Amino acid sequence: MRPVTAEEIESLAIGAWILGTGGGGSPYLALLNMRQLYKQGVVCRLMDASELADDDLVAVVSNMGAPLVGQERLTDPKTMALAVTMMEEYLGRKFRALMSLEIGGGNSIQPFMGAAMLDLPVIDGDCMGRAFPEAQMTSFAIHDLRMYPLTLADVRDNAVVVARAASWKWMERISRKACVEVGSIASTCKAPRTGKEIKECAILGSTTKAIGIGRAVQAARRAHRDPIDAVLDVTGGIKIFGGKIHDIARRTTEGFLRGTATIEGLDQFRGHAFKLAFQNEFAVGWLDGDPRVMTPDLICVLDTVAGDAIGTETLRYGQRVTVIALPAPPILLTPKGIEHVGPRAFGYDLDFRSVFA
Amino acid sequence: MRRRIGIDVGGTNTDAVLLEEDAVVATVKTPTTPDVTTGITRALAGLVERAPAAREAQAVMIGTTHFTNAVVQRRDLGRVAAVRIGLPSGASLPPFVDWPEDLADLVRAEVVMLEGGHEFDGRPLVPFDARGMRAAARRIRETGIRSVAVAAVFSPLNATCEEEAAAILRDACPDVAVTCSHRLGRIGLLERENAALLNACLIELARKTTRAFTEALRGSGIAAPLYLTQNDGTVMLAEVAETYPVYSFASGPTNSMRGAAFLSKRDEALVIDVGGTTTDIGSLRHGFPREANSVVEIGGVRTLFRMPDLLSLGLGGGTLVRREPALTIGPASVGYRLTEQALVFGGDVLTVTDVAVAAGLIDLGDRSRVASLPGALVDAALTHIRAMIEEGVDRMKTDAGEAPLIAVGGGSFLVPPRLAGVSEVLNVPHQAVANAVGAAIAQVSGEVDQIFQDLTRDEAIARARQAAEDKAVAAGADRATINVVEVEDLPLAYLPGNSLRTRVRVVGEIARQP
Repeated sequence: MRPVTAEEIESLAIGAWILGTGGGGSPYLALLNMRQLYKQGVVCRLMDASELADDDLVAVVSNMGAPLVGQERLTDPKTMALAVTMMEEYLGRKFRALMSLEIGGGNSIQPFMGAAMLDLPVIDGDCMGRAFPEAQMTSFAIHDLRMYPLTLADVRDNAVVVARAASWKWMERISRKACVEVGSIASTCKAPRTGKEIKECAILGSTTKAIGIGRAVQAARRAHRDPIDAVLDVTGGIKIFGGKIHDIARRTTEGFLRGTATIEGLDQFRGHAFKLAFQNEFAVGWLDGDPRVMTPDLICVLDTVAGDAIGTETLRYGQRVTVIALPAPPILLTPKGIEHVGPRAFGYDLDFRSVFA
Repeated sequence: MRRRIGIDVGGTNTDAVLLEEDAVVATVKTPTTPDVTTGITRALAGLVERAPAAREAQAVMIGTTHFTNAVVQRRDLGRVAAVRIGLPSGASLPPFVDWPEDLADLVRAEVVMLEGGHEFDGRPLVPFDARGMRAAARRIRETGIRSVAVAAVFSPLNATCEEEAAAILRDACPDVAVTCSHRLGRIGLLERENAALLNACLIELARKTTRAFTEALRGSGIAAPLYLTQNDGTVMLAEVAETYPVYSFASGPTNSMRGAAFLSKRDEALVIDVGGTTTDIGSLRHGFPREANSVVEIGGVRTLFRMPDLLSLGLGGGTLVRREPALTIGPASVGYRLTEQALVFGGDVLTVTDVAVAAGLIDLGDRSRVASLPGALVDAALTHIRAMIEEGVDRMKTDAGEAPLIAVGGGSFLVPPRLAGVSEVLNVPHQAVANAVGAAIAQVSGEVDQIFQDLTRDEAIARARQAAEDKAVAAGADRATINVVEVEDLPLAYLPGNSLRTRVRVVGEIARQP
C-alpha cells in the first residue's frame, strides 16, 4: 500500500483518457474533485491486490449515465460514497477497499473520490483494462462471477438496490432504467467481490499503468518530444495510422453513440485510407478496406501534435490524428473473452486477429 | 440612403469606415489610444472630414477587444457574488473552482449555493430555495456588492430558477447588476457559470465604456444609435450590449471575417487574416464564421462561448526568420516595432517582411538593405511560409474539396496566389480595414441550444428555429428579414427516447427605429 500524490492523479487523468479508447467520458470533472480533496489535505492510498485477504470485500464502483448530463449535474464524492455505504448496509459487512469498474475515462478516478470520503484504499486494477459500453464486457463476466447485488445512488437521497438479476443483460436493463429515472446520472456500486475474486479475476495493475502513460505524456511535452512515441514506448503499443479526419457519421441507437470516421493518410500513410467504427468506444479499424485492428485490442485516437486522446463525441473533420493500438489484457484475448468483447460482440462478423499476434 | 459607420478598436489601430448602401465610401486608420475613446473620436473626425455625410449615418457599430484585455490583464474588474442553484448536486465543485487563483481573488466577493435547478428533461431537480435566495439577496445588499452572477443546473433548458433568483435580487437590491447564465451559454454548467462570472465582473467597466463611446459619438455630431459587435458577427444596441460584455470577446477576428465575406461577395469561403504577429484562419459558412464547438479559455478561465473557430499561426509581417541552426519562422515577432527593427527599416532583425521585400512581393522601406540576402534563403523561407499557410488552410476546411480563400489584413501580401487545396486566392479592396467593414454590416441574431425528445429531427429543428427567431426579434431584428445561418444536431448517447441536441442560429436586419 502506498500514498498517491496529487501529481499522480493528474497523470492518471491523462492516461485514463487515452485508455478510454474514445469513450469512458472525460475525466475533467472527477479530476477537479480530486484537486479539491487534495487541497483539503486528503491523500489517497493505492493497494496492491496481493495485500487483500481472500475473504476481504472490495467495492467495484462507477459513475453511470449520460456524459452530457454529467456536465450539468457535476459528479461529487459524497454520492459515490453513498453507493458504497448503502452496499455495506445491505450486505451487513464492511469493504476493505474500492476498485474502478473501468480504467478508461472518468471512471478511473471515481473510486479515489469515494475512497477519500470513506478513508479506504483503492485497488490497483479494474475489470476492463480500458472502457467498454456494456456491463457484461468485464473480466468478472468473462469469469462467470455473479452480477448482483448492485446499489445505485442519486444525489437527492434516492437509492436503489438491485437484489438479483437473471443475467448481465437484465442487470444492465434494470439499473439503466433506474438511472434514467433519477435524471440519467447516478453513482453505482457493482456486485461486491472477495479478495480471492479480485486476485484471480480482476485486471491488476491497470491504475499504475494509466498513471505511467499519463506521466510519459507529460514528460514528453515538457521535453518537447513526441508524446505519442512516449505512449507507444511505455505501453508496447503500435502506431497503426496517421492522417486527417475526412468524414464522420454518428447516430444514437439503443442508447449508444454509434458511427464511423474515415481518415485520409498523411506523411508515411499518404495515399491510404483508414476507417474506424465505434460504439461509444472505437471497435474496429480498416486499412484500405481490410480489417487492420479490432476490439479487444485497444484502439486509441490521439491528436497528432498534442498527444491528447480524442473521444468519439469530439471527433471532427480536419483533425490531425494518429491511431495507435495498445495490447489488451490477456483475459480479454481468451476464447471466452473474445465472446464477450471481440468484434462479434459489437456486431462485426470478423474473426478476431490481434495486431500484436 | 442607408449609411452606416463601422469602427474596429484593435490593439494597434482604430479603424473606421463609412458605408453608403453597400459601398465603402471612406476609410480611416488611426492609432488606438490608451483611453480608447480618444482614438474613436479621432477616427470619427477623420471620417467626417473625408465624407461629411457620415454625420447622417443611421447606425454606428463598434467592435472592441477592450473587455477581453481587461480580463487578460486583470484590470478594471468588479467584485462579484456568485449564486449557484443546483444543490444537492455539484456541491463539491463550487463557483470559481477552476479559476486561476489571482483572478478568483480579485473577483470573488461571495459564493452562495442553493437548492434548485432542473433535469435534462425539464423536471425540477429539487424545489427552488427561494427563501435562501431572499436571505442571500439581503446579505448582498448589506455588503454592498454591485454585481451578481446566477447559474442554475440545466438553465438553458429551463430558466425559471435563474429568473426567479433575478427577480428576488431586483426586489431586494435594485441597484445590483444581475447576470443570468442561461442568457450567455450552452449546456456545461461550469463553463456557462464562468461566462456569467466574467460578464458580471466586467459589467461596470462595460457600462462606463459604452457610455464613453456614446459621448464620443455625440461629440462628433453623430446622432445615430450605437451598437456593439459580438463574437458571432452580429450586433446589439449599446444599452443592451453593456450588460453582456462577454459577447464581444472575440469580435475583432469575427468582424474581419465578416468584412472579408462582404468585400469579396462570397458567403462560403475560407478567410486568412495576416497581421503583424499572427495569422488567423477561419471558415465562412453562409457569410458567418463557423463557431468553435469546444472549450475556449479566456485569461485562464474555461468557457463555452459562441466564438469563431479560428486557427492562429505564429506568422505575420513582423515574425522573426532565424537561419541558425536551421531555418525557422516564428513564432516570435517584433510586433509593432517592425518599423524600427526590420532590416528594410534600418534595423538588424530578419523578419518575414524583409523576406517578402527581397522576393518582390511588396515594396516597403529600403529594398537595398535586403539585396544581399541569399536567393536560396528567400526561396526556402517562402516555401516554409507557404507550407504553414497550406496546412493551416487545410485544417480549417470542412470538407475535402477545394475552397476559395479570401486574404485580408496588413500582411496579406504573404499569401501566395496559388495554394494546394484552394480554388482561388481572393484579394479584395479595403482589405486592410476589413474588420471595420465587418462591424458596419453587422446584423442581429438569435440562438437556441436545446435537447429535444421524441421528435423527428425536422420537428426538433423547427421548434428550435421558432425559439431562435423569437430571441432575435427581442434583440432588435426585423422578423421579415430573418434567415437561419446554422443548424447542428447531435444524437445523445445514454439518454432515453431518441434525444437530440439541436442548435439553431438565425440572423436578421436591424429593425427600423420607431
